[in-house]
This record gives sequence, structure tokens and C-alpha cells, in this order.
Amino acid sequence: MLRQFFDFISSLKLTIICLAAAIVLVFAGTIAQMHLGVNEVQERYFQSMFVWWPAESQGVRIPIFPGGHLLGGVLLVNLIIAHLRRFRWTWRKLGIHLTHIGLIVMLAGGLFTDLFSIESFTRLGPGESKNYSEDSRWMELAVIDESDKALDQVTAIPEARLRRGGTIEHSSLPFRIIVRHFYQNSRLQMLDKPEAGASAATEGAGARITVVPLPAATAPDASNAVSAVVEIVPLPGAEEATAAPLGTWLVSDQIEAPQTFSFGGQPWRIEMRPVRYYKDYSLTLQRFTHERYAGTDIAKNYASRVTLIDPERSENRDVLIYMNHPLRYRGETFYQAGFEKNDTATILQTVHNPTFLAPYVACVIVGAGLLVQFAFQFGGFSRRQKAALAS
Amino acid sequence: MIKRLTPWIGILIALVWIASNSRPPTTAPGDFDIVTFGRTPVLVGGRQKPLDTVARTSLVIIHGKQTLRLDNGQTLEPTRWLADTLFNAPVADKYPAFVINNPDVLGMFGWPQSERKYFSFAELTPFLKKIDEEGQKAENIESGKRTRFQTAIFNLRNALLLYQGLNNSLQPEDADHFADEIETYLSVVPDGLAATQQRQKGQKFDKEKFDALAQFVDRYQTQSEAAYALAVPPADASKPDEWRSVGASLLRAISSGAIHPVVKAYALIGDAYRAGDADLFNRQVEDLSQWMAQHQPRASSYARYESLFNQLAPFYQAMGLYVLAFLLIAASWLRGNQDLNRAAFYLLLLALAVHTFGLGSRMYLQGRPPVTNLYSSAIFIGWGTVIIGLILERIYRDGIGAACAALIGFITLVIAHHLAGSGDTLEMLQAVLDTNIWLATHVVCITIGYSAMFLAGMLAIFYVVRGVFTRSMTHESAQSLARMTYGVVCFATLFSFVGTVLGGIWADQSWGRFWGWDPKENGALLIVLWCALILHARWGGYIRQRGLMVMALFGNVITSFSWFGVNMLGVGLHSYGFMEKAFPWLLGFMLSQLALMLIASLPLVRWRSFQQA
Repeated sequence: MLRQFFDFISSLKLTIICLAAAIVLVFAGTIAQMHLGVNEVQERYFQSMFVWWPAESQGVRIPIFPGGHLLGGVLLVNLIIAHLRRFRWTWRKLGIHLTHIGLIVMLAGGLFTDLFSIESFTRLGPGESKNYSEDSRWMELAVIDESDKALDQVTAIPEARLRRGGTIEHSSLPFRIIVRHFYQNSRLQMLDKPEAGASAATEGAGARITVVPLPAATAPDASNAVSAVVEIVPLPGAEEATAAPLGTWLVSDQIEAPQTFSFGGQPWRIEMRPVRYYKDYSLTLQRFTHERYAGTDIAKNYASRVTLIDPERSENRDVLIYMNHPLRYRGETFYQAGFEKNDTATILQTVHNPTFLAPYVACVIVGAGLLVQFAFQFGGFSRRQKAALAS
Repeated sequence: MIKRLTPWIGILIALVWIASNSRPPTTAPGDFDIVTFGRTPVLVGGRQKPLDTVARTSLVIIHGKQTLRLDNGQTLEPTRWLADTLFNAPVADKYPAFVINNPDVLGMFGWPQSERKYFSFAELTPFLKKIDEEGQKAENIESGKRTRFQTAIFNLRNALLLYQGLNNSLQPEDADHFADEIETYLSVVPDGLAATQQRQKGQKFDKEKFDALAQFVDRYQTQSEAAYALAVPPADASKPDEWRSVGASLLRAISSGAIHPVVKAYALIGDAYRAGDADLFNRQVEDLSQWMAQHQPRASSYARYESLFNQLAPFYQAMGLYVLAFLLIAASWLRGNQDLNRAAFYLLLLALAVHTFGLGSRMYLQGRPPVTNLYSSAIFIGWGTVIIGLILERIYRDGIGAACAALIGFITLVIAHHLAGSGDTLEMLQAVLDTNIWLATHVVCITIGYSAMFLAGMLAIFYVVRGVFTRSMTHESAQSLARMTYGVVCFATLFSFVGTVLGGIWADQSWGRFWGWDPKENGALLIVLWCALILHARWGGYIRQRGLMVMALFGNVITSFSWFGVNMLGVGLHSYGFMEKAFPWLLGFMLSQLALMLIASLPLVRWRSFQQA
């Protein structure tokens, strides 16, 4: 039984099945991009164990096709075991071995990248400095203790936690936060006249705003406007002076004005913002340039001149980041990705990918392997052909 | 003796044909020297190019083809049409230049659909406002989502804007004695300027003098905004970004006090052209040509080369040669004549040389690796296939490799011809593509992979057609076809894989992710996976000769999807715009391949070959 299983898992038949399934999956995942954003497609088709139908239903779902992680994983196991079991060293097989070792490196690297790489964005206005980058998809509720003028104490609550709802307590917070509503996607509308009941919250900007819930965005180029209504409530057993509930706040990435309140005499601020990844160094935008070809709108070059300051490593230097010339620093890579605010602000894609070298290594190994293999074959072939023509 | 000479006679005929197509156009005495005029460099779309190219690409956009047939049956050369459009708008307005096929657009003007599909600017003039409004509406809709009417009206509006842009490129569209006009302008500048300064300081000023200048400023401002070509070169030849329109250059005369010599030259040329004075026109054009050669040596020599390239039209000549070569091979099969086969081989070498000259010229003009857009990918796929096909032919000498080379060479050049409809095929590259290293490695590898896939597919087509419909295929010839196909698939695997991974590395360099599941990336991956599937299925003994051929046929489907299909999805980083017209053709091609796969799957007793007599 076990032997049969090993035979199957290392069989060429399984390789072929996986390759055929991968072709179907990649094709379906390509066509799906006509209606779904590429992130959505990646999650449903490629970064999953199964493709589910219906895709969004909360109820019963059936897996209709193996997903990218399953296929990639099986192919990887198939490759490794097949080679462990049947490995025979001969020169004639050198090409085949090299090719497959390279593929193992590539598949493993790809899987690793999917699991551990972090993509975020660093948006910098002219002269602005930042020591963090922001996630492109996930938000967090930042609760900020502003009592220390020099240093903000931030408690960040992830979007996923807000979605679960209920009451949130944390040792750094002297109060509880109750999630009254969570909207994956929403539209905020200003109220002309403050009417009771229609407004989203009792305090802050939310008192003049009503929230229209929207279905989560799936279309290409669409993004969610995440909003939530939270209530600030004193901890049970707190002193009488602060025991009364403070009311509800509407938090949303659509609200730019700061929302503050005071608790126990201390100033606090809350905001919904993209998840931040802090770094030990900072980047300051000196100048962003966007050149076009004369008489056209065709972009010729985008470039950001930034100053990199790392007190820990005594770095203080200017760097030019432009198309196809990223900045790599301390495991992170900054790429020129876009611009905003009338060509004055820059958007740098910021990627942390510990296995970025895997494809480079794999490419060299597989390329060499294929070359050796086909050279052997062609050599044998042309000898036979010459003999055939001579006879 | 005669037999041995046959190949050489064939080549000689082909050479004579090429030479007759390539003779330089001459100007009859007393006629306008439009050829020299067409070599003058201007800047359009960020690129320095000769007026000849501007004429051809503009006519393709406006008219749908490079020559214009007038109502009286006379055909107009592109540069001649351009000269009229630039200098003599009232005449050009009456040419039936604008192509309108869409019945709804015609209906909007109250015109019934008839045989006629070309209309003049004069005929369209009453509807300009309407076209502009509807065209603007269509512009705000994503290109893939426009209706046929919207696409048609959007294209018509662009054609009209381009036409009016040309009217205003070398002079304001209604200028008559332009050389005199700019002298007058120059003479009112000092007093007008003084009046303007007085006015700004709130002092008393001469209103008449102020208005005289203001009128000119207004006029040249309007002209400058409308101009399509930037015709006035910068003083510093090394800064091609600083070309200016004639209008803008005239406005600078206010501060410099002098008119740029090129503006003066064009004014004199235009005046002579309108006056019908060919001698004066030719002398002025010659002067301008010498001025350009002296002050803009680089732009000038490139422009000369480009108009030579336009005029030689190497890809059209290669197209003819490929057809001829294929006919020779077919004849050699029918008559069992090896000499015809050899003639075809040499003819293909000649066609390849012409094709290579075209490809090399484009690389020289653009200063780029061969593939920079869809058009050039078609040219390069054909080129790659012809080379691999000729190598196969050299090994097997049975005409198959040569026939595939000739057919694919011809078809890809036809495809390229149809892809040229959007205008300049040597357009400037978007910032992210501006990297010769990756264009030269990733794009070239991928495109060679396409070439090999199509060649394998074509070999499979030969196998099926010959095996099913003729009695001529023996087991040996079938085997040699299978060996060729297998070899070509191996080749395709190598290049597709390396090309795809190089693409990933480029993506890692410019966006920070090796793989983003972008449609074009997926298309390349599909080819690699399909090749891997073919090779493994064969190594495992799951497929033999026929299975290999059926899979190679499906390789055509996958490769055409990867090359064209993904661009039609209208999404992703590699999206080059929705190509509505190409869609039925792509679908038809894919269906034909599926049909061939079905035919190939017929039981062997139904095949006319392989039957024991």
C-alpha cells in the first residue's frame, strides 16, 4: 500500500497530471482577470489549495479544482521523491538532473515567496520623511496615546480583529473598544442636517456622516473603503470619574481629519489607516521628476531622489530610485511604482522578500540543464542524420 | 546544364524584381521635388523622423492605407498629400481622405451606407462639432468597453485632430503669403512690445501697436497648440527634446528679435508650393536640406536613411519572395525536381537577407533590440522561424523546413502589415520598457520561443494534411517530420523557459515581484508548461508520433493566445489596447487548429497515406 503510494507520488503520470491541471488553472486564472482584480484572482486561483465554487458564498462551497499551492506543492513533492528514488548518476543525465534541481529551487522559492514576502508602499510628498511603509490592502485601527509630546504610543488593531467584532481589551489601553459595526467596503455621505439616527456615530466626524455599506470590491483597479463604528467604554471597575461611556466614533480610511478624545485627562487619537511596517531607517523625498517625450504624454522616466538616513549604521546618503533601478537596503527593496499629487509625490513599492535570489539561481541552473540536455540530443541526432544522408 | 542553372535563373529573376521595386523615385524636370522634401526631419511622438514617415503614418491613420486614390482615379503619393495638407489646406480639404465604414457614424451625418467609404474634410466640416462631442464621450470610456460606433467616432475624431494638426504644423492653416506675414510680424514686435510693457506698468500705451502684436501672438499661440509636428530643431543638436512647433518658435521671436531660419525656410517653401513655382520650391527645399545636414547632422542622416527604408519597403518585398519560394517548393514536390527545391532554398536565403535588412534597419533607426511592440514581434517571429526552418531544410533537404519557413515568413509579415494600422511602428518606449538589456534578452528569447512553437505547429499541419489527404507520406517521411517537430519543441522549451524566467527577473528588478500572474506572464508560462507536458508525455511513452503532432497543433493555439489573446483581455501590464479587428481572426485560427487536431485523430484507416497497397 505504502509502496503503491510512493510509486504514484513519484510517478511521471502524476507529473503529467499536475502539468495538465496547471495549464487549465493558469488559463482560467488569466481569463478571470477580465472581471476580477489581479489580487482577487491570485487569492482564489493561485494562492490557495482549492478553487471554490461559488467563490464568495458564506455557506456550502465545493472545491472544483486544485489551487496553485496544492498543484505547486504536489509537483514539488513529486519532483523531489522521483529524484531521490531514481537518481542514477550518469553524464548523459546531467542535463535532466540540473533542470529538475533548478525547478525544485524555483518552485520552493516561489512557495516561500508567496508565504513570507511582504509588499507595501512608501508614499512620500516633497520633503516628507517616513520610517515606515504601508500595506496596499489591509487596514488597521490605530489608537494613539498623545500624552507624551515627543513620542506617540500606538496600539494597532488589525482589520481582521475588527471584522470579528466584539470587545477589544489590551494592556496598553486604559479603556475597552467595542466594535459596533464593521464595513468591508463602504461609501461615506455627508449629512446636510444632523438628524438623529442617520448619523454613523455620536462623536467626531461620524456625527455628520452616514455610512452606506457596499459589497467588497472585486473588479480590477477597485479598492475597498474600510470603515467601522467603535465605542469607547471604560474598563469595568474603573473610577467613577471616568466610568461613563464616551460615545461612538466612525473610523474610516476615507476620513482624513484627525479624531481625538480625552480619557482620564489624557489626549487620545484614533484613525483607520493602512497597516504600517516600521523600519530602523528613514527615507526623505528630495525631488520627484516625471519626464515625458517632447510633444507627447508618453512617460520617458520617473525618478525619485531620496535621502536614506540610518542612525544605527551611520548611513546618511542620497539615492536615486528610478525605473528598473530600485534601492535595496537591509532586506528591503524600494521600486519606483507611481506618483500622485500632480507629479510632486512619489509612490515607492516596498518589498521584503527573503527568497528573491531563488529565481536567479534557478534560472541559471535550469538554463544550463536544458542546454546540456538538448546539446546531447542534438549531437546524437546530427550524427545519425549525417550517417543517414551518407548511406 | 540548363537544369543546374535553374536555381540561379530563379535568383536572378528575383534580384531583378527587387531592383525594379527599389529604383529611387525621380522628379521630372519642372516638377516639385517632393522626395527631397520628404527627407526633412521633424519631431513627432517624441521621435525625430522624416516628413515621409509622417505622411505615411498619418495617411494610414486617416485613410487606412498609404496611398490616396482621388475621385478622378489618379493616385497621390503620401508625401504629395502631406505637402498639400501642410501648405495648401483648401486643396487638401477636398481629397477623399477620411475613411468611414461604420453605418451609425454615416447615419449620424444623414448619409446612407453605400459603396463610398472615403470622405473629404470639406464634406465633414458641417459635423465637426458633433464629431468632437461624441468623440470626447467615447474617449472617456475604456478602449475595451467602447461600442463599435464609439470606437468609430473616436477614431474619426482622432483622424480629424491629426489632420488639423498637420494643417497647423508648418504655418497657420489659413496663411497665404506667409513669408511676408512673418516679416510684418517681426516689424511690429518692437513697438508692440513697448506698448505691452507700458500697459503692464499702467502707463499710457499705443493701443493700435499693442493690438497689432496681440493679434499675431494670438494667431501663433493657436497654431502652436494645434500643431502635430514639431518642425523647428533646437540650437543644440544633442537635445532632441527641445524641438519646437513653428508657432512656438515664432512666439520666441518676441524676446530674441529674430525668426528661426527653419521657420523662414518653410514659409518660403509653402509660398512657392501654393504659387505652383516648382523651381523656387526645389531651391528652397535644397537649402533647407543643406541647413539641416549642417546643423542637425544626426537627425538629418537618420531621416534620410528612414525615408530610404520606407521607400525600399523590405518587408513587402520579402513577402513576395516568400510566396515565390513556397510556389517553387510546391512545384518541386509535384514534379519531384530537386533543382527547383534548391532554387527555393536560395530564394529563401535572399528573402531572409531582405527581411534581415528590414529588421536591422529598424534596430538602427530606433537604437533598440529588435522587438519593442507587437508589430515588431510579428516581424521577428517570422524572421526567427525562417532561420530555424532553413536549418531544418539544410539537415533534411526534403523541402519541408523551407516550405514552413516560407509560409510562416509570409503570414507573419501579413500580420505585421495589419498591425501597422495604428501609425508609427517605431514609436518611443514607455519608461518601464526603456531598458535595452531586458528587451534584448527576455523579449528576444520569448519571441524565439514563439517562432519555434509556430514552426512545430506548422510541421504538424504538414504532417496531418499530407498524411490524411494525400498518399505521398511514407513511414520514413512521417518519422523524419516527427523528429523535426520534436527537435523544434525542445528548442521552444529552452527559449520559452529562459525567456519567461528572464521576464520574471526583469519584473523583480522593476516591480519587486518575480511573478505577478499578469496575463502576459501567464501566457508565457502556458507555453512553458505545454512544452514540458509534450516532452514528459513523450518520454513516458504516453504519446508517439501522432500524439506529438496533435499536441504540437495545440501549441499553435496556446502560442497565439499568449501572443495575441492576452492582449485582447484588456487588462494587465502588457496590455497594448483592445484589438477588436484581430479577434475574429484569432478565433478562426484557433478553431482551425482544433479542427486539424480532430482530423489528426481520425483512425489510421481513414488516412490516405500509410495504406498498404
